Formats: sequence, structure tokens, C-alpha cells
Amino acid sequence: MPPLRSTPRLRIHPLGDTALLAELGTRLDTALNTRAIALATVLKKRREVRQAVAGYASVTVHFEPDLITQEALGAAIKRLAGKRPPMPEPGRLHRIPVTYDGPDLEAVGSALNLPAEKVVEIHSRPIYRVFLVGFVPGWAYLGPLPEELELPRRHVPRTLVPAGSVAIAGRQTGIYPLPTPGGWHLIGRTSVKLFLPDSDPPCLFRAGDRVKFFPTKA
Amino acid sequence: MNHVLRVEEPGLSTTVQDLGRPNAISSGVPPGGAMDRFAHCAANLLVGNGQAAATLECTLSGPHLVAEQPCLVAITGADFDPHVNGKPVSGWTGVFLGRGDRLTFAGRRAGARAYVAVAGGIDGAVWLGSLSTNLMAARGGLDGRALRAGDVIDIAGEPAKPTISGRRMPEHLQPNYIDHTVHAIGGPHFRRLDPESRRLLFDAEFTVTKDSDRMGYRLDGPRLETSGDELLSFGLAAGAIQLPGGGQPILLMADHQTAGGYPVVAGVVSASLPIAAQLLPGDKLRFAEVTPERARLMRMALTSALDSVRRAPVR
Repeated sequence: MPPLRSTPRLRIHPLGDTALLAELGTRLDTALNTRAIALATVLKKRREVRQAVAGYASVTVHFEPDLITQEALGAAIKRLAGKRPPMPEPGRLHRIPVTYDGPDLEAVGSALNLPAEKVVEIHSRPIYRVFLVGFVPGWAYLGPLPEELELPRRHVPRTLVPAGSVAIAGRQTGIYPLPTPGGWHLIGRTSVKLFLPDSDPPCLFRAGDRVKFFPTKA
Repeated sequence: MNHVLRVEEPGLSTTVQDLGRPNAISSGVPPGGAMDRFAHCAANLLVGNGQAAATLECTLSGPHLVAEQPCLVAITGADFDPHVNGKPVSGWTGVFLGRGDRLTFAGRRAGARAYVAVAGGIDGAVWLGSLSTNLMAARGGLDGRALRAGDVIDIAGEPAKPTISGRRMPEHLQPNYIDHTVHAIGGPHFRRLDPESRRLLFDAEFTVTKDSDRMGYRLDGPRLETSGDELLSFGLAAGAIQLPGGGQPILLMADHQTAGGYPVVAGVVSASLPIAAQLLPGDKLRFAEVTPERARLMRMALTSALDSVRRAPVR
């Protein structure tokens, strides 16, 4: 297969001696994320790879250091990344009901100079992409959030955010799967469970899935 | 009857651990598993188990256990001064317990985590391919929780025959938990450190703070300065040294968050993670930079130490 004309600026960094980070780029970009997920899928099939996890625009590869050196694996990743990725499968579409009554909804509206109803309308308009699953069990980074809702994180993170909270920060949105500390703005809540400990895989969303929020009454 | 050990006293935090669930990280679930893999594997080999069998990981203090049936056990890792029926016994050695014998620990002398293996392996609930206890999800091991008084531990399978007590890891191959040098390789964002901070990372002394557990250790030391744009979140690994905005590093351990967006300035090599696993709040450590080749030699030394246990002559 001919290499892509826009061969990515791939950078390989060690993460200790049994993992490496392959960076495809540094932008929040659906095309880069699609390539990262495809690359992780191909890498997982290799004998010397224990696990490969796609980030926004990167792949973290855990490998058997007795089967391959980091240099050899890095070279193999560069070859694979230069190939045209297979057509991505359209991710599953999840429809998530949200009660938009979060404690930060009014403050978000004020900060953005928008009435709360407009915040809800803008947030529930797009079909978001699951860029990355990780951080805590079941957490998924969704985006891109429309620019009109872009806000930096809260200065002081909350020490405890209730599970099911729907939140925004930067160009991202997400749902807290477990009660954890958190610095995002809470605009709503959902009763849909994201962390499913007795299922395998134990989370509702997978990287590459699509998510549509729709407003419901409390 | 698979009952092998009855728990009289659980110790501060004793959990069932094996080699973890590396495949679960793509769902955001920590890989988990024994913090000190070397001590875990050695304990298993000393009783004739495969390295992947589950052991008890005992943190800061040991449990009091009574044998429900004759069994072969081995205690490795931290030295909590093990006793059988009130008499001291050696660590890093296969020890035979008769029915009713009591294994107790008199107190911590070195290290943070001791491992108890039983011939046949410890049984428990498998979650996502591993017996390892995950306390946050309350899954795996013994009902997803730490041991309690009154619990009864089962063995998972038949002990390897013949069961041989007295198998021992030679003293010179037992790890030295007194030297707190932790070896690491510069990480993806090492170059974001200013020159002085690059020097300090591999030169200064850091203290393990009380904000330290199986997820990771917050370290206290000179403030390290980075520059650069905010990063997009990416997958993490045990041993990663993260640097949040405050400039105090976090060393990620077995139950680490699986993704994050803080710079990773270095990564502790696999052969040094067992040393890191034996650190306590208040302990001081230094990071020493190593090449991948040196990391390979360190890994091979641990592998050959484990091999020597398999072949160990029995008195």
C-alpha cells in the first residue's frame, strides 16, 4: 500500500522500559483520533504487544521487552502508521437522556453570556465522539464541544462530584461514572450507568463510539 | 475442602493480588496486581506455584493466619518478622504449616509490603481476568475487599507435587529495601522541564508523602518547572512520573489512573518498581537515570534470581 501523502509527524517516547507513547499529533482532531484507534487495534494483534490504548492523538503501547526492543517496536509502529488505515467502522450511537439542572448551569450561562436554555440547546445539539476511555473506570472524553461553550476548568476543583454528572471543560464534555473529585463544570445529570463492573468490557462507551444527549424533565 | 487459612487478625490492609488485568486498561480500569512483582513471583516459586498464582499482599503489618489444613507457605517482600507458633521463621523460604499452626508477624522491620504465597495458589473472585482485589470497584479477590477477621482463604488448585519445604532464595539475591534509589528513563515530556529541573529530577531527594497508596505516591521535593501548552490526554503506565501544575511529582503505581494529561517527565523501569513498592510515607528516594540497556540488564538479573529459586537446592 502506498504511504499516505500526509505522513504524520510520528514521535516515539519511552514510558519506562515496558511501554512507549507514540504521538501522532498534538491537536484535538477527529481524523487523528481515528488513526490512533486504528493503530492501537493493529498493534494489539502483535505477539510482543501486551496492550495498546489510544489517546486523543496517540497510542500507548505496553510490550514484552524480552521479545522486542523499544527501537524495533518504534520502527514497526512508524511503518504501520505510514500505511493507510482501514475504513473506520462507524462507532455505536448512544442516546443519553440528561436532566439539565447542574449546579454550574447558571454560572456557565453567565460566563458565556448565554441564557441557560441556550447552553442546554447548544450542548445537546451535536453528536459527540468518544475520543478516549480512561482516567477512572468508565470515564470517556467526548467532543468536540461547540466553541460557544468553551470554558477553562473551575479554579477550585470539587472534592466530590456525584456519579452521573454531565460536565464540560475546554472543548470536551463527559459524564462522571463514579463519585470522584473533579474540576469540570456540572451542567446536568443522567441516570445511565457508564461503569458496568459486571460486564466485559466494563464500560458503556468505547473509543470511536458516538454520543447524543437529549434533554429530559427532572 | 479447599479451606487452607483462617484469618484471626487481618493486618492493616491485606488483599489478594496476582499479576493484574492489563487488558482492562482500555476500559479505564487500573491494571492492578501485586505492587512488588518480584516478591510476589518469588513467593509463588518458593512454594512450587506458577508466578501468576494469587498471593496475599500485606501492607505495613501482617495478618495472623491459622492453617486449616497442612500447607506450604512462603513469605517474601517486606520484613514484618514472621513467626510460626511463636517461633521466628525465615522470609524468602518455603515453610511447612501443620493443621492448626499459627503464622503471625511481630512487627515491621523493613519495607512496606509483604507477600504470603500458599502452595496451590490463593483462590478468590476473578474480575476481568484477574483475582486481584480492586477496592474502588469492590471486585476481585475476596469480595473485592481487604481481609477481615474470620475470613477463610481457599486454595485455587492442587499444590505441585512433591511439596518441598525449605526452598530458599539465596540471601545475596534478596532485594535490598534499604537503598531507595529508583531507576528511571527520561519520559515523553522530559524536555518540558527547564534545565535546572532536569538536573534536580535525577539529583534531588524526594519524600514519599502520606498521600500515597496503591494508585500512586505524591512526592515532596524541590519544585520542578515545566513549560508548554496543555497536553491532550493519553494512556499511562505504572512507573510514570507525572508532573501536575504544582511542580510536585506523582509516581504512578499498580492501581494508577489509566489516562491523564499531565506531563510525564520520566518512567521508572520495571526492575525498580519492586523497590518503589516497598516505600512508605516519610521515606526518601532518589531517581537515577538509566539507559534502556541498563534497564534490560536489571530486568535480566531479577529473572535469573527467580530462576535460581526454581532450581534451588533443597536442604
